[in-house]
Amino acid sequence: MKNQINHAAALTFSLLSGLIFGIGLILAGMANPAKVLAFLDVSGWWDPSLGLVMAGAIGIGLIAFTVAKRRQHSYLGFFIQLPANRIIDKRLVMGSMAFGVGWGLAGICPAPAFVLLGTGSGKGFIFMVAMVIGMGIYELLEHHRKPAGK
Amino acid sequence: MLIDWNHFTPWTALAGGVLIGVASAIFVLFNGRIAGITGILGGLFRPNRHDIGWRLAFITGLMMAPLAWLLFAPLPAIEIDASNTLLAAAGLIVGIGTRYASGCTSGHGVCGISRLSPRSIIATLAFMATGVLTVYVARHVLVA
Repeated sequence: MKNQINHAAALTFSLLSGLIFGIGLILAGMANPAKVLAFLDVSGWWDPSLGLVMAGAIGIGLIAFTVAKRRQHSYLGFFIQLPANRIIDKRLVMGSMAFGVGWGLAGICPAPAFVLLGTGSGKGFIFMVAMVIGMGIYELLEHHRKPAGK
Repeated sequence: MLIDWNHFTPWTALAGGVLIGVASAIFVLFNGRIAGITGILGGLFRPNRHDIGWRLAFITGLMMAPLAWLLFAPLPAIEIDASNTLLAAAGLIVGIGTRYASGCTSGHGVCGISRLSPRSIIATLAFMATGVLTVYVARHVLVA
C-alpha cells in the first residue's frame, strides 16, 4: 500500500516538475529558438538573456544539490541517484561538441523541443522526430554497451 | 561585442531560470533523479517497467506547459527560422550528440554545474563553444 502511494506521488512530482520546468523555459525565452540563437550570436547583436537563465537555474540548483548530496533518500523515500561517472573522455567531449553544432543550427535543445511540440508546432514536430531518430541511431551503434547507470 | 538592449529581458530570464532550478530541485529531492531531458528520454529506449511511468510523466509535464500557460496568458513569440531540412539535420545531430555526451543543457548545463561536476562543466563549455561557432559560421561567414 505504501509503495502504491509512493508510486502515485512519484508520478505526480514528475509531472509537476516537468510542468514547472516547461513554464520556466517559456518565461525565460528558451522556448523561442530565435532568442536562443541571439544568445549564441556573440559577434552580432548579442542578447545575453540566456546567461541569466543559467544563473537563476544554477543558483537554485546549487542549494538543492547541496541538500541532495547529504541525503541517501528523497523526501518520498526513493534512493537519490546522482551520476557516479567522473571520467572525462572523447565520448563526452565529442558528443557535447556535436550537440552544440545541432543546437547552433536550429536554436533548439531537448527540453524546449518538448515544449515546442506541446504548442502544436509542425517545425517542432520535425525536430522532435529527427532527435528521437538520432537517439535511436545511438542505441543501434551502442547497444552492445552496458547502460551507464543513469 | 554589441549588446542588443531592445531584446535583452533580464527579469523574465532570471525568473524563468529560477523556475527551471525549482523544477530540478523538486525532481532530485522528491524523485531522487536528475532533471536531464536527454537521460529521461534516452531511458525510454531501454524501458523497464519501474521507470516508464515517471519518465513519461515528466515529458508530459513539459509538453503541457504551453497549454497551462495559455490558461492565463497568450504564449510569447516563438520564431523558428530554420527550414524543415535544417531542422531535421539539427534534430538528428542533437539526438546523437546528447546521447554520446550523456546529457544536454538541462542535465549537464543546469543540474551538472549545480552539482559542481567537472564532467558537466567540460560538457557545457564544449557545447556552448560549438554552438557559438556554428551560429558565427552560419550568420557571419556563409552569409557575408
